[in-house]
Amino acid sequence: MIRPDAPVLLEVSDLHARVEEQPILKGVNLTIRAGEIHAVMGRNGSGKSTLSKVLAGHPAYTVTAGSVSYMGSDLLELAPEQRSRLGLFLGFQYPVEIPGVSNLEFLRVSTNARRAQRGEEELDTFAFEDLVRERLKVVQMDPAFLDRSVNEGFSGGEKKRNEILQMALLEPLVAILDETDSGLDIDALRIVADGVNQLAGPENATLLITHYQRLLDLITPDFVHVMAAGRILRTGGKELALELERTGYEWVDQELASLGREPAEVL
Amino acid sequence: MSTATVGDLVSQPYKHGFVTDIETEKIAKGLSEDVVRLISSKKSEPEFLLAFRLRAYRQWLQMQSPDWAALGYPPIDYQNIIYYAAPKQQEKKASLDEVDPKLLETFEKLGIPLSEQKRLSNVAVDAVFDSVSIATTYREKLAEHGVVFCSISEAVKEYPDLVEKYLGTVVPSNDNYFAALNSAVFSDGSFVFIPKGVACPMELSTYFRINSADTGQFERTLIIAEEGASVSYLEGCTAPMFDTNQLHAAVVELVVLDDASIKYSTVQNWYAGDEHGVGGIYNFVTKRGQCRGDRSRISWTQVETGSAITWKYPSCVLQGADSVGEFYSVALTNNYQQADTGTKMIHVGPRTRSTIVSKGISAGHSSNSYRGLVQIGPKAVGAKNYSQCDSMLIGDQAGANTYPYIRSQQPDAAVEHEASTCRISADQLFYLQSRGIGFEEAVSMMVSGFCRDVFNQLPMEFAAEADKLLALKLEGSVG
Repeated sequence: MIRPDAPVLLEVSDLHARVEEQPILKGVNLTIRAGEIHAVMGRNGSGKSTLSKVLAGHPAYTVTAGSVSYMGSDLLELAPEQRSRLGLFLGFQYPVEIPGVSNLEFLRVSTNARRAQRGEEELDTFAFEDLVRERLKVVQMDPAFLDRSVNEGFSGGEKKRNEILQMALLEPLVAILDETDSGLDIDALRIVADGVNQLAGPENATLLITHYQRLLDLITPDFVHVMAAGRILRTGGKELALELERTGYEWVDQELASLGREPAEVL
Repeated sequence: MSTATVGDLVSQPYKHGFVTDIETEKIAKGLSEDVVRLISSKKSEPEFLLAFRLRAYRQWLQMQSPDWAALGYPPIDYQNIIYYAAPKQQEKKASLDEVDPKLLETFEKLGIPLSEQKRLSNVAVDAVFDSVSIATTYREKLAEHGVVFCSISEAVKEYPDLVEKYLGTVVPSNDNYFAALNSAVFSDGSFVFIPKGVACPMELSTYFRINSADTGQFERTLIIAEEGASVSYLEGCTAPMFDTNQLHAAVVELVVLDDASIKYSTVQNWYAGDEHGVGGIYNFVTKRGQCRGDRSRISWTQVETGSAITWKYPSCVLQGADSVGEFYSVALTNNYQQADTGTKMIHVGPRTRSTIVSKGISAGHSSNSYRGLVQIGPKAVGAKNYSQCDSMLIGDQAGANTYPYIRSQQPDAAVEHEASTCRISADQLFYLQSRGIGFEEAVSMMVSGFCRDVFNQLPMEFAAEADKLLALKLEGSVG
């Protein structure tokens, strides 16, 4: 939902970042307002996942220039846990397994950290179980998942649903979903997309990172951005994704060439 | 977050490092037959015990310090150690009100209040300060059930027959170098006797405190559970921070008859030395239990977090048919700590079963080894063992080793061994952090998750304590 007067939640300006000595982001600009759904597309290595990790504060990435403003404060100054408590959410492409840590306890500690930040009271185990059982419905998950260790032995689809469950509990203002559709069969994809649609509202925003139109058939983006060589090369509406589906990324190479860059540099 | 930061996290200042300023009676440094006689006479011991000590001393003189453990330390100068130190209060007081308030204060500071008003409910405590037991709570209440819980010195006076009957029968005085030393010079420790058919009505606990510098602590614990009896016992240990190493060589013997059970838990937090490896306790301990009776059971649970060096293998000799031995262990090492710990499960009787669950966590420059023996004798038809040894590495300077030994003379036995090694990865930490969980809490969640199988075995009153202790060890100053 595009409302030009909606408040800006996230403003990325000329963001540059590297991992080890390798520059990856080379000047990303992006403005996300409340109520909007954005999709970032692009080839492998274009910098999409790096953008999501930098926004979430992954320690392996170093910001070398530019700024990110989140709800009016300097996002890059905040520790990753602080970003989460303030309502920034990253749905991981590859959620890690954490043996020995119960999923239920993890979800409770995480939810309470966000609640404390919002000035809400901490939920005890009983109150939390009620909440989590209600939110499980968003992703049609079996409560048995709660008793297992975080992501341990989960199938690819179960891990992604667990991510959306976390999103449902944390009620983020900006949710970044990094290739949430990868590795999902069509039923799981539908469940995950349904969950995202249920959680999207006028107060929050969603940033989808994806390779495929099939996710955007289920979640309609307001904006589609095409990333290449560490920058957003083109921005359009949902029809841009359809165009990409038809024409592929060849035009990207031509455009980069006209900017004086080698296609190899895309990687 | 780099692993160096995790390293910083586990470097937590030692909270029990204070020294109590109290007048202490010490004997001169050094060890000789005269010193052994002196210790025995100070305790007015019966002749059998002096003979036991002297035999052990002579055996010790013939023995060599073991060198098979994965531990490195300079030779110990046994002539530079004080073998007896006691706070100056000659007689053990009949009432706690007469105990030196400084001592009560010391234990209170350690979280072990002894006075009537403040003492832990449902846990009887024997408090050992340097070489002597200063107080034992709830003795009368336990006596009503026929349970004897007192210091071993008192037991020697009041129950000499029991002591003579059982002392040294599980761990013979010449069992090993440190057991021989302990048998010669042991000062105090706890004695527990649970008569036939009695389930001990409360947790029993001994708290060991080393206070004097240059003093060795050589405690001796003996627990006997007669037919059908059961008891849960916990020991805790702390010491002040000194920059010299102190020797602690204890012996614990458990005897379990038909259908009886002993659950023995340890939370060991001796001073571990500083971040450069200076100072700390050398902890050489022999713990062994004998399941003498059919269907008897011994369960060892240990949480080892302290000491510069830990050399310790709580073991079970499963003689009785259908007897059960268990060993659950968490060993955390940091800085330059070294631990070589594990267990021995000796299956003698038919259908004996044992379980070993060992969790080693190594951080800093420390080294942490699991060493365990599962031995199945020719008569142990249908014996079963399951062993699981997991190591967690924090940082890239720490070492973890597993040395499992299996000897089976019984083709019908089932022996299973699983081992794993993991590292707290930056990605796991980032995942938890990106869900609003702070760095320290994230590390502590993962470590306590790793240890859960063992903590579940601790008596309820202490499970939370153990969790807290590990969290303390992992607490640090992360911005």
